Amino acid sequence: MSKIHVDIVSAEGEIYAGEAAMVFAPARLGDIGIAPRHAPLLTSLRPGEIRVQPADGGEEEFFFVSGGMLEVQPHLVTVLADTALRAHDLDEAAALEAKRRAEESLRDQKDEVDLAVAQSELIEAAAMLQAIQKLRKRRR
Amino acid sequence: MAVGKEIRTKIKSVKNTQKITKAMEMVSASKMRKTQDRMERARPYAKRIRSVIGHISQANPDYKHPFLVEREIKRIGAIIITTDRGLCGGLNTGLFRRVLTDLQEWQDKDVEIDLCLIGSKGVSFFRRLGMNIVAQTTHLGDRPRVSDLIGTVKIMLDAYSEGRIDRLFLMFNDFHNTMSQEPHIETLLPVEPIDKEELQEHWDYIYEPDSRELLEGVLMRYVEASVYRGALENIASEQAARMVAMKAATDNAGEIINDLQLIYNKARQAAITQEISEIVGGAAAV
Repeated sequence: MSKIHVDIVSAEGEIYAGEAAMVFAPARLGDIGIAPRHAPLLTSLRPGEIRVQPADGGEEEFFFVSGGMLEVQPHLVTVLADTALRAHDLDEAAALEAKRRAEESLRDQKDEVDLAVAQSELIEAAAMLQAIQKLRKRRR
Repeated sequence: MAVGKEIRTKIKSVKNTQKITKAMEMVSASKMRKTQDRMERARPYAKRIRSVIGHISQANPDYKHPFLVEREIKRIGAIIITTDRGLCGGLNTGLFRRVLTDLQEWQDKDVEIDLCLIGSKGVSFFRRLGMNIVAQTTHLGDRPRVSDLIGTVKIMLDAYSEGRIDRLFLMFNDFHNTMSQEPHIETLLPVEPIDKEELQEHWDYIYEPDSRELLEGVLMRYVEASVYRGALENIASEQAARMVAMKAATDNAGEIINDLQLIYNKARQAAITQEISEIVGGAAAV
């Protein structure tokens, strides 16, 4: 059986490495399934779950990512997972925060920061919840 | 016996200091090991992202992202990573010396400098010098997270894409091994060309949604990962330098204790001898 090598890494550690028969990932434009000999593809990821079907027919594995990049080569899938929450506006907020510290001016940005953090956390929490629910259904 | 009370107090106080330095040495040793593990774990990501960038620059030669293009240099940015705490030997001083010579060279060429500081030692040092500080982050602790660094890095990335700076450097202490850490300066932006593997055939990715956005995402993550690695290296260096400094302090304290003990013993001996000779002299006189 043909197989494809999967590496899931984040900046703070390696998460998974192994051979798979099929990989499913939440790409920016919709969930995708990657089989061996997939065309080269580069896409970003939404918060969601990555499913890996091991090549040796073992039990399917699940990983939750809060975003990142996905690179596909015919025999290699690389997931560069983000460890941080990183909606665009959250980056913005973090930047504002660092700038604020430098200028030592307080207050006004605070609310925006909180809002952006809350929003991004909400999106991630929703995705995580979905992943958990799916997992439960399957287990049953 | 009331001989050498001062010496005994002194010995006691040195012994207390020695206990503290010994404890700090052991704490640093264990923290250093943990940080080294973290450095090890961060490595696969850096390797992968570099190879992805390599693939992209091969696959997509027409489009040049600003992060990949050299520009004429009028103003530079530097991200300088220092420790938050002292008592780590000449680690920060060594870095500052190296950084200042480097920055001086740029200043001589009439290039202006924006600084972005990580770590409170650097903040206080460069503030005293009156340099232009655009962003700062302090108190990352021993386990920095990428998310703690994103904001600071983003300011510099934005400055670069908006053309306010033309080159971005990263400066930190590179961890070689326990005994040696060296100030290290690397260019973050523009991203230095990656050694091209032999191009076997021309191929291109399917990009979803579009190549510019994705390339930007990858490059941003690459810079962030580099800064994260720098922060880890610097922490490992800090712990190693502290460990060595504290070991030296402990050894010195031991030597001082030995010297003081010798002086104390001699004084005690002298007092006893004197007492005996006084008794003998007294007895002879009777």
